[in-house]
Amino acid sequence: MPAYREPRRRSPPLPAPRGPLSDAVIDALRTGADHPAPAVGDADPFGDDLQLALYILYELHYQGFEGVDDEHEWSPGLLALRRSLEEPFLAALRAGAGTDGDVESALSGLLVEPIGDDGHSVSHFLQDHGELWHLREYAALRSLYHLKEADPHAWVIPRLYGRAKAAMVAVEFDEFGAGREADIHARLYADLMTDLSLETAYGHYLDAAPADVLATVNLMSLFGLHRSLRGALVGHFAAVEVTSSPGSRRLAAALKRVGAGPAAQRFYDEHVEADAVHEQVVRRDVIGGLLADEPDLESDIAFGIEATGLLEDRLAARLLAAWRSNSTALRGQPG
Amino acid sequence: MPSSPDRPARVTLGAEGPILVEGPVEVVGDDGTLYTSRRFTAAICTCRRTRTYPWCDTSHRRRVKPERAAGDEPEKKTDEPEKTDEPEKTDEPEKTDKTKTMDNKTDGAA
Repeated sequence: MPAYREPRRRSPPLPAPRGPLSDAVIDALRTGADHPAPAVGDADPFGDDLQLALYILYELHYQGFEGVDDEHEWSPGLLALRRSLEEPFLAALRAGAGTDGDVESALSGLLVEPIGDDGHSVSHFLQDHGELWHLREYAALRSLYHLKEADPHAWVIPRLYGRAKAAMVAVEFDEFGAGREADIHARLYADLMTDLSLETAYGHYLDAAPADVLATVNLMSLFGLHRSLRGALVGHFAAVEVTSSPGSRRLAAALKRVGAGPAAQRFYDEHVEADAVHEQVVRRDVIGGLLADEPDLESDIAFGIEATGLLEDRLAARLLAAWRSNSTALRGQPG
Repeated sequence: MPSSPDRPARVTLGAEGPILVEGPVEVVGDDGTLYTSRRFTAAICTCRRTRTYPWCDTSHRRRVKPERAAGDEPEKKTDEPEKTDEPEKTDEPEKTDKTKTMDNKTDGAA
């Protein structure tokens, strides 16, 4: 394997706009103006324009963009715009999640394993029918999250205390390589991308990512950056950890079948075992601890679980519709 | 955290699922093979269905027949575990009536 090249050594260029909202954000970041005030109006809360505008604003808190002043992270005008984009997104999530507010019932649907493919699961599709190009597209699209894996969840740490905090930090420590740079999950993912001959530079596939991908990442940033949504962040994190282990086994099998290299398989093999542990710790001590400390957050935790499922179902429908008609799931030309 | 006289390693048992052991830990398998986990906590399989022996891979979960998109059968639930080559199945997964099938699963890794 060639020498490791850090995906985040440089910040990515700004993406191409997808409508008036994202255009206003990009223009403000390019020119340094702090007065973008486009009316959000009836923009589709799950649509390309709103999701990209939000994604760009959130990225200012992670890696920023090439040629954009880091100080924009706290520009009042941009923060006000971000707020106006978050409100319809959050409202649409609450409307779509349909939670009954009960954490046990929200989790119970995730704690069973379907026998065979229900026709809605990307990992089942990839395991049974995935070709190399499907797996390359999937890895490219998921890189928007996995190259900053576990970063959005770190925002919640200062909002927790006691048992929930100790457990959350332990899981995050594992995600960040348990003290070893080479084991950081984001780095394992970059190695996977290299095995699949994908570009590992951070943000490279942003223009190729449809709104349904952006929304899954925006959800984490939204929940992570708002203390008022700490319960939802914990619920989201639990939903991902609970479902990751069996899904990862199917993806590891898919990668093996198409002849991907050892690093590609290692990423998912690691997650089969790691997330079986994380699931137990998150359910028992992060959720259990938070509920013991702040019982009023139960409906927020349930909402985080349900909202995660809502967006993952939308993304799965999008990917499977494209692949079943033998077409690309990427926007524009595959990079 | 390493086990010490002042702070013995903690082992946590649940109603179902794996035994949780504070790591790092060595486990000797039934054929004498030595397995090591350096993770902060290791989850040791108790249902004997894991494919990542001796570590839990969530195979203890109850299996349900999914509701198919264009299904001509009504939704059915079954507690039948997936068939494996291993004859020994000592632990039945916990049965619960609260379980419902939902589509909200993620396919990403955490």
